[in-house]
Parts: sequence; C-alpha cells; structure tokens
Amino acid sequence: MSTPRNALGRRAFLANALVVTFASSRHALAQDQDKKLPQSLARTPELDAWIRVGADGTITVFTGKAELGQGIRTALTQVAAHELAVSPGQIDLVTADTARTPDEGVTAGSHSMQDSGTAILNAAANVRALLAEAASWQFAIAPSRIEMRDGAAHAPDGRQIGYGDLAASLSLEVEVKLDMPRRHGGKPVIGQNLPRLDIPAKVSGGEAYVQDMRLPGMLHARVVRGPSDGTRVKAADIAAVGKMPGVVKIVRDGAFMAVVADQEWRAVKALNRVQAGGWERPSPPIPAADLRETIHRLPAQDVPIFDYPGPAPPADARSIRVRYSRPHLMHGSIGPSCAMALWENDGMTVWTHSQGVYPLRKALAELLKLDLEKVRCIHVEGSGCYGHNGADDVAADAALAARAVPGSPVRLQWMREQEHGWEPLGSAMVVEMAAELDGNKVASWRHDVWSNTHSTRPRTAGGLLAGGEVDPPFVPPRPGPIPMPEGGGGRNGNPIYALPNAHGVFHFVEQMPVRVSALRGLGAQMNVFAIESFMDELAFATDNDPVAFRLAWLKDERAREVVQRAADRFDWRRRGAGGGGSGTGFAFARYKNLASYCAVAMEVRVDGDSGEIHVPRVVAAVDSGEAVNPDGIRNQIEGGIVQSLSWTTREAVAFDKTHRTSFDWSGYPILRFPSVPGRIDVEVIDRPKQPFLGAGEAAQGPASAALANAVAHALGMRLRDMPLSPERVKAALRPAPVATKQAAG
Amino acid sequence: MITLTVNGQAHQVDVDPDTPLLYVLRNDLELNAAKFGCGLGQCGACTVLLDDKPVFSCLVPVAALGARKVRTLEGLPKTLPAAFEAEQAAQCGYCIAGMIVRAQALLERNPRPTEKEMRTHMAPNLCRCGTHMRILRAVRRAAEAMGGGVREEARIGAEEK
Amino acid sequence: MTRGGALAVGIVFVCAAGAVAAIAFAWHPAIDEITPPAPGSFDRYLVAEGEDLANLGNCAGCHTSEPSRPLAGGRALDTPFGKVFATNITPQADDGIGAWSSEAFGRAMRRGIARDGRQLYPAFPYDHFTHATDHQIAALYAWLMTRRPIAGRAPEPQLAGIFAFRPLVAAWNLLYLDEGPLPTDGSRPSQWNRGRVLAEGLGHCSGCHTPRDRFGAEDVARAYDGAWTEGWYAPPLNAHSPAVQPWTPEELQTYLHTGLAPHHAAAAGPMASVTRALAQVPEEDVRAIAVYISSLMADAPASKQDKPQPVDRLAVAQQQHPEAATLYAGACATCHDPGAPMMQQGRPVLSWATPLHEASPHDTVRVIMQGLTPPGGSSGPTMPAYADMLSDQQVQDLAAYLRTRFTDKPAWSDVPAAVAEARK
Repeated sequence: MSTPRNALGRRAFLANALVVTFASSRHALAQDQDKKLPQSLARTPELDAWIRVGADGTITVFTGKAELGQGIRTALTQVAAHELAVSPGQIDLVTADTARTPDEGVTAGSHSMQDSGTAILNAAANVRALLAEAASWQFAIAPSRIEMRDGAAHAPDGRQIGYGDLAASLSLEVEVKLDMPRRHGGKPVIGQNLPRLDIPAKVSGGEAYVQDMRLPGMLHARVVRGPSDGTRVKAADIAAVGKMPGVVKIVRDGAFMAVVADQEWRAVKALNRVQAGGWERPSPPIPAADLRETIHRLPAQDVPIFDYPGPAPPADARSIRVRYSRPHLMHGSIGPSCAMALWENDGMTVWTHSQGVYPLRKALAELLKLDLEKVRCIHVEGSGCYGHNGADDVAADAALAARAVPGSPVRLQWMREQEHGWEPLGSAMVVEMAAELDGNKVASWRHDVWSNTHSTRPRTAGGLLAGGEVDPPFVPPRPGPIPMPEGGGGRNGNPIYALPNAHGVFHFVEQMPVRVSALRGLGAQMNVFAIESFMDELAFATDNDPVAFRLAWLKDERAREVVQRAADRFDWRRRGAGGGGSGTGFAFARYKNLASYCAVAMEVRVDGDSGEIHVPRVVAAVDSGEAVNPDGIRNQIEGGIVQSLSWTTREAVAFDKTHRTSFDWSGYPILRFPSVPGRIDVEVIDRPKQPFLGAGEAAQGPASAALANAVAHALGMRLRDMPLSPERVKAALRPAPVATKQAAG
Repeated sequence: MITLTVNGQAHQVDVDPDTPLLYVLRNDLELNAAKFGCGLGQCGACTVLLDDKPVFSCLVPVAALGARKVRTLEGLPKTLPAAFEAEQAAQCGYCIAGMIVRAQALLERNPRPTEKEMRTHMAPNLCRCGTHMRILRAVRRAAEAMGGGVREEARIGAEEK
Repeated sequence: MTRGGALAVGIVFVCAAGAVAAIAFAWHPAIDEITPPAPGSFDRYLVAEGEDLANLGNCAGCHTSEPSRPLAGGRALDTPFGKVFATNITPQADDGIGAWSSEAFGRAMRRGIARDGRQLYPAFPYDHFTHATDHQIAALYAWLMTRRPIAGRAPEPQLAGIFAFRPLVAAWNLLYLDEGPLPTDGSRPSQWNRGRVLAEGLGHCSGCHTPRDRFGAEDVARAYDGAWTEGWYAPPLNAHSPAVQPWTPEELQTYLHTGLAPHHAAAAGPMASVTRALAQVPEEDVRAIAVYISSLMADAPASKQDKPQPVDRLAVAQQQHPEAATLYAGACATCHDPGAPMMQQGRPVLSWATPLHEASPHDTVRVIMQGLTPPGGSSGPTMPAYADMLSDQQVQDLAAYLRTRFTDKPAWSDVPAAVAEARK
C-alpha cells in the first residue's frame, strides 16, 4: 500500500497545465431544464477533480466512492477506459481520500455506478473531446476526422500523438459539460467481463486491506468496552494492566479507554485483563429478547410514503389483512473493523474502510477539536461491511489512541465480540398489509411499516461511539426518517405495481431500544418481503398464477421483461404442484423503484422432520441498465441471494435485559456451505446506453420473498415472520398447542 | 526466540511464547493471507496448514508448533489461486485466503471428492458476501486442473430413499 | 445408547444357565403384518404429542445415522462382542416398521419382541420403554407411522458365535425386564412422579448413567453411579455426583433444555444430542425430569456445601506444567479466562466444569480434541476441536494442567490412554 503520507493537494498534480480556454457554462446547461448535472458532478464540476492526464500519458481517475468488495474499482476503471479509449491497464483509479478525491458522500444505496459511474463517464467524454480538440490543432484537421484509440489521437494519414503530449497543451481546470457525445465504435471496454482488478492480491496474500497495513514504528491498540451497546466495563486495576509486558499506554478520556502495546497479542491480553473486572449496564434495560413487538408498540411519527388514487372499493369487497416482520439483523463482517491512525504535525491521518471518508472527517474533526483540513481520511479496503458497521467507530477509536502516542502509527482492530456487540444493527421491522378484492381484482391496498431509523451514519462526533464516551461527551444526533423516494423504513414500500387506491405509511419510531443503522437495502428487504409475499397471498386468494398475477399489475416494460425472463429461464410454467415439502416461489422488485430490476425464482424442499429449508435451484434475472461488467453484476446478485437466504432462514439478533447475547458466530450463526443452494443461475439483461443502475442491493428483497413464497407453496401454509427458521417451520407444521391439551385430555 | 518453519523456511521470532501463530504470521513474518476473523476458531479466516491438516492459526500458540510445518496461502501451489481468479470467486475477499487453504487440504487428501464432501469440508469457513457458489466452482475447477474433479452434483434437499 | 456390556455379559450368563430353558421362554408368535396406515388416519394432536415423546427419548440419536435419512437406522453400536445396528423405524413396509400394527409396536416397546416374534437385543432399551404409559406408546406409534418411509434395512448384527443366537436374550429378560408402568410414590409430589415416569421410561436416563452388573444389566444397587458410553463417561447423578455446584431443579432444567448450565458446563458427547432433542420438548416435561433427577443428587457433596468457591491454583499449575500453561494462555484463555468474551456472557468458569472433577480424564480429553459443534450450523455452545492443532503430548499436558489448576483433586493417572483412545 503505497499511500503517500503527505496530503497532496489536487493542484500538485497539474505539473504541466497550460491554460486553454474551453467554453463551458452552467448557462448552456440550464437551457435544457431536464438535463441537470448528476449529483456528483453538481457538487464537483471541475474536470480535473475527476481525471488527470500526465505528461507520460498515465491517466489518473478520481472517485469519491470506495471499493467495498462490490467491484466498483473495476467497473469505474472500465467506464473511464472505455470513454477515454484506452486500455483499463492505463488507468490509475484513486478512490475515496479526503485529500485527493471528490466528495461523493457515502458509498451506499447502490449509488456508486449511478453517481460516480455517471460522473466519470461524463468527465471522460469531456477529456476525450478536449484531447481530440487539441489534436485537431496539431494535425490541423477537423476533430471529427480524428480517431481516438489506445491512448493516442490518430489522423487518417497515420500521424498520431499520445494523450500525454496532448495533455501538456491543455488544462483540465474546466467545468464538465454534460452533453458531450459518448464514444462510438472501437473496441468496447464497457460491457466486457474485465477480471476484477482487486482479486489477484486477494488470492495471493497481497496487501489488500487496511488490516494488512504495516507502517514503520506501528503500535497495536484495542479499545475497551463492555460486551455490547449500552454497557461499559467496571473499574479494573488499570495500574496493573499498565505494567503488563509491552503495554505502551492506556488511553483514557472520560469513559473511553484503549490499550496500546508494542505487539498485537499483548494488546489483546491487556484488553482481556481489563475486561476481567466485569461490566455493567448504565443504560435502561432492553425491553425484550426479540424487539419487533417493542418497535411495533413504541410511539411513532407517521410519514406517508405513497398514495395511488383509485375508486373506493365496493361494499362487498373481500378484505385480507396480514402482518409480516423481521428481527434485528447484524452486518456481520467477517473481519472485525479496523483502522490505522497517525497523529503527526498537529494533523490526524486515518486509514479507514469507512463508506464515507468526508462525513467521517467532519465527525473526527469535531471529536478531536481540529480544523477540517487537519484531518485526512483515506479509504483502504476492509472486510465487506454491507452497510454501517464498526468502520467509522473504529476509525475514531484509532484516532483517539493515536493522539496519545504522537508520531507512532496505531493500528486498532476490534475483536470479534466487539463487532458483534457494538455494530449498529439493521432495525427490526413490522409490516401490516391489507387489501380489498373485488372479484379477482385488487380494489385497495394498504401498507403500514414500523421501524427505527435506517441511518445513524456519523456526520458529527455524537454519531461515533467514542463521541459518546469522551469527556465531555457529544450528544448523538436525533434520528429522523429518510425521505422518499429513497426512503429508509419506507424504502420500497411503494409497490411498483399499478394498484388502485393504494396507500402506505411509514410509522417512524424515534426511540431506539438498541443501536441501529443502515444495513444493506435498509427497509427494502422487509418491504419487498411483505409486498411480494402479499402478492402471492392475493394471487392464491384469487386463484391466479403468481407470475401471471404480477404481470397483470405491472406496467413498466422493463419490469415485465425481467419477470418474464426469470420465469422462462426457471421454466415456471412447468413448475410442480407444490405441497409435500416441495415448492417453488417467485418474487420481483425494482430496488428503491429507482435502481436495478431483479426477479428471483426459487425451488425449495422443506424437511418436515428437521424443519430445514433446502434450496436446490435459484434463477434470477436482473436489469441494471447498461451493464458495465456483467459478471460483476452477476457476482452481486448471486451474493445478494445467498446473503438474503442467510438472513431469511436463520438470522436474528438475541438480547437479554442487559445486552446483546449474540456475541459471536455460535450465538449468531450465518449460512455455511452445506446449506447454500444447489445452483444459482443469473441472467443479466444489458440495456446499452441506458443509465447505470446499482445492483448491490437488488436481490435481497426478492430472494427473501421468493423463499417465503416457495415455502408457502411447499407447505400449504405461510410463514410471515423472519427468520423462517427450523423452529418456526416445525411450529407451523404442528397443530395449535391449546388443542393438543384438549386432545390429550 | 522461538523457531518455526513456515512455507519451508525456518524463522526465528521474538514474541511471547503464548502468541497465537496468526499474529506471528501477520506481524512478524509479514504474511498477509491468514486473517483475523474471530480469534475463536469459528470462521476459518485464519486457516493455515499444519502438517497437511487445516487448522485455525488464531488458536495455535506459536510455542506449540515445535517441528511441525506450517503452510500458508503464500506457500501453496498456484492451482487453487488461479482457479479462484478464473472464477472471479471473491467479493470483499477477506475470507478467501482461508477458503483456498482449506480447499488445498481437501484436494491434497482427496482430488476426487463428491460435491457433498466438498461442501462438508468447507463448512468451517464463513463467507458473508455470499460468494459460496463461486468458491465451490473454483474448487471444482482446481480439482480438475489437478487431474481429479468433483464427482457428482449435490442433491440439495433431495429425498434419499 | 450402547448396551454392549449388557448384551455380552447377559448372553454369557445365559449360556451357563442352559440354552434349552431360554428357548422355551424365547418363543413368541409373529403378529400379522398390516398395510401401512395412511398418515392422515392418525390424529394430528396425537402425532404432535408423539413427536415430543420421540424427542424426549431421543429416538433419532440412535436411529438416525444420516440426517437426510431420518430414523432409517444403520448407526453402528460397538460392543465388545461385535456390532449391533440401530434398525430402520420409518413406516416403510419391508425395511422399517410400516407393517407393524400398534399391538406389535406396543409389544416391542414393552417386551423387546419384534413383530415377527424375534427377540430384540437389549441395546434397544425396552427395559425402560416398558414403563411408558399406553397413551405415550400410542402417541409414539402415531408419530412414527406418519414419518417419511425410507427404504433400506439396517445390517444384521455382527456378533461372534453364540452371541448371534437371539433367543438367548429371553433369559436376560426373565431376570431383568420388569414389565409395565411404574408405581406412583405417594410420598412425592406429582411433578416428581411425572418426572420419574419420563426419566425412567422413554427418557431412559439411567441407560447411560448407571453402571452394569456382571450380567450386563443396569446395576440397581448402584443406580445412577456413572457409566461409560461411546467412549464418554456419563457422570454419576446420585450422591456421588462430582459436580462442584449443586444441581438445582432450575439449573438442571436449563441444562437439559439448552445444553448449557451456567454453573456447570456445556453438554458434550452423546449428552449434546440428548439436550438438543430435549430443547424441543415442552418445558413442563423437562422441568419434571429435572425435579426428579436433581432429587437423586440431594445428598451429593455439592448440595451440602453452602457456597462453593471456585478453585484456581494458577501458581501451582504453572509451576507443575509450565509448557501447558503457555498452551492454555494461547489456545484456551481467549474463551475461558475471566476477561474473555465468552465469560462476559456469564458462562461457567472451568473450576465448575464437571469433567475436570471426574475420576477419569476421558471426557476432558475428548472435549479438547473433538470440541463442540452444534449440528446443522445452529446456534449453541461451540468449541473448536484441537485434535489437529495440538499433539498427543500437548493434549496430555493440557489436561493435567487443567486438573491441577481448576480442581483440588489428585492428578489423573491414565491421561495418555485417554488421548490415544480419543485419537482413534
């Protein structure tokens, strides 16, 4: 990891910039009201913030987004390479770094391709046009006659000039023009299955993660906390711990404590020694072992999420009302969160796998009482996070520890039980669905969803665990609902189906009995689970085939095609009758109704004796707009399906009154190899020239609902509460307990 | 000073004798592949081969090694890594080194496992990204490249009568 | 449950007593085959009750060898005289018990006689099941007959010579089979009596926890005095209980229902499978068993102690076993030391762990080498297996260290043998 230690201003890169005027104005863009600058470009319109071309022809592309294992490094490199007409190997992509890259907020919500991909696409088209323009001066021919390929401008007569030479004659210190034509012809890079650029290091033991960083003079630290959110360690014999071999420092600030040692294992031993003093819970007790009923019951603020008009249903309409729920879920990164921090020259540098280096910098500056420019956050890949896990908190922990040992880089990694105990969870949720049927038509539809917030991502010091521990403590920001159309708890609560008289309300529960934040898909997984389960229930009630029933209410042509393709590939028409433990299920959603379309068809076998659900086969179809790297999309969809099966069949965070009891993988088991599907087959539908649509969160909702629908088909009864665990399956198969007593008596 | 043999090379390290092998590999020998995942022997991210058996290096004190030989991903033949690359079998990839090492142990012992044997063998290693299908494909591919092959498809949920 | 000793010694006795008399008692008529009844013909509430009873008796513990073939038998039980195989008890007509009428099933449960009149080997604990009530047997029958029929016959027992002669079992029955329901003890509360019926009947707890007499039957005089089963030692559940903390009904109920007792240890070996089955049994039944079994330990040392203090002789152990102390610090302390995450969850300290206080090191060694793995990736107490991480010598040292450090009992003498046996 050859990250330069000194913050380099972006101007420093422009060694040979010449000033060439290039007309660009927002006025011109404003002529077309429909064509607003995409979000990332609106915030950072300067071309050289995105792309720079060195005199030697090397191309550096900057993104404010971060590689999280979703393959964004590869896909963004492809976008830039394609549009610049160079090979991907010529691109050096710099990811989220507050000293070098644009501020693109948080890498989340399947926005990276939409935001950064679109920004880089536009920026690259601009740069290519500028280079072509520069070449036209040199060749003294019209730009239209110049072919840009392989990093050089080619004239029809065979003359060529490399990008480096061309770049020396122009400045990229201009604003991006939006309506530059896309490159056409030539060898495509977009749409190719370019092998992931980060994989070679990951399969060979290369330095691939922040966990792998080693800086000279590095010290190792561990933060000291109680077993979970809401607890703290009791007073221990700190003096004795300080005398343990290798312990360099015990850092304390209010309730914040970290041990710093010369060797990692010694830091771990010191941590365990402190923890031996026991722990307590100063916070109010946790109200229940499973908090979904609590969430349903607490005071809520009602936020409308959609209202589709329609005539009132007839008086004799059949009414159906059911309830679905999910428990608190864990992100469960395989590698506990980690950060490296260095306090030097009155400035703090933090290497972090946070999803948002800019918001983190702001929070850290407040925590450390520093000016913004004194804090630099550099993204380095970590273990997959799937949302807001411990990444930001551990960055703050490392920074506080590093400040106590000036000049020494401090590597601080959480322990497994700290990740399990302290990461903000995905909120438990309850959805009540109601519909009225007029014959076999839906005449009304009602969706009510209860949940805590789905983001407490830190933007201030109070949003960091350490912020609440230092003296004086920072106050955590008040949580709020994320507005639609993206939504938090309401995300994907608005059905894509053209239903009449349909209404939805998000009952936002402000009070958080336990720490929660963004988990992959936010409320979408629960809402899609509910909507798609309910669609099946209505199809059953009206004696319709589930796929045909969906198509009957689906007007969006791309949505219809995704549904149709998944059904055909699965051979849905020839599916079995269901029952006897065998069943098939189908579900569909467009993530946020803004991003990728994804349909999932699934075959299950339910073992009535063990209650286990086996999944022999899954078929999915996905439309992510223009597919930059189809295999990358396939990887995301496969992974989303498997992860969702884990959530849906076995995961639930457990609590007692004092703490989370799911403290490790034995208390919070996730899917292991013997339980993964027999096979998963993903069809990627390419939509050339259509906007990029994120795919990272497209599959989770449909996969969980397809499972529930297949299980209902297999058992002839429906399970509406996640997880569909062996215990719940077996309980469902048993007659009601009250009746048992009567029969026995 | 404690002496240990890793990937065919003897090393001397100056650490507390109770230090788990994982920390020595990562911090003293600067080998990145084995990862800290849980420190509890539950996730397999730290898997290495100890005399041909896959073990959790987070739980083996370095003083316990004696003359036993340690192999990490860095010291393995390239067949499995190449297969993982060919199948693009990684998302975040944090678990992958452990996966490759565990698969190596399987294929060294049995180059022709059944699908079920392969899945059972890989069970101690966790992946959170859901890359399982690709990992299994990569192991199948490597088995074939080694002149063996995964014999039959898993009959997931199939009723055996 | 293995009943190898029972079988073997019993048969030797029978040989001495004379085979002719045995054969006279051994003849039983076949009961007519029936067409397997339709699953729908059984009352579903009775079936549900039967499921609870099957879990209470942990039928699957012996009769399931392959999870995908539940109750289809095939699991081998090693005896000194050969192997016995658990039979197929699915309602498959040819290979299972599909052709068994309820009468045939009841006779097998109460008297150990198969439908065709053959003697069953007492590896099948009909000497306990005989105490079950008629209603319980009917419920169990209803549950078994509604399972998925699976073809495949268990292998015939592989017993040497005379031991393969089934009719000899009849003599054993004459001596040891006490047929029929247990009498109620009027001096005890009804919950205790209910627990006794469950524990002595379908639960067959003493099958593992009572040593065998020289004829291979449970030695009534030493009831619940601890015994060997499948290489594990099932500790005494009477006044000789080695537990440091008292087994209160509450603690025992928690243990039986969750496999983890906060002041003792996690269930391991064959008992792990028992507790997983009991986890699915109605709590009041488990509670009744706990009340009954804990009453047997009323005179155990732990019950008489007011507040037992945990033994932790760190310095002595360190001095006697310095190398093992290092092993412990690197391999065990991350879970078992007071500051470890597991201990922060209120798990038992090793000083309470019953295996360390047993007279033999076998259970300790087996837990170290084999670990604890909840089946099917479910949640529950988990421990990695150290068999491949530590050498035999290291396991021996570690066991000795644990014994020295966490108990005040004398050192074990047979640790190497225990390690060698566990390694097999």
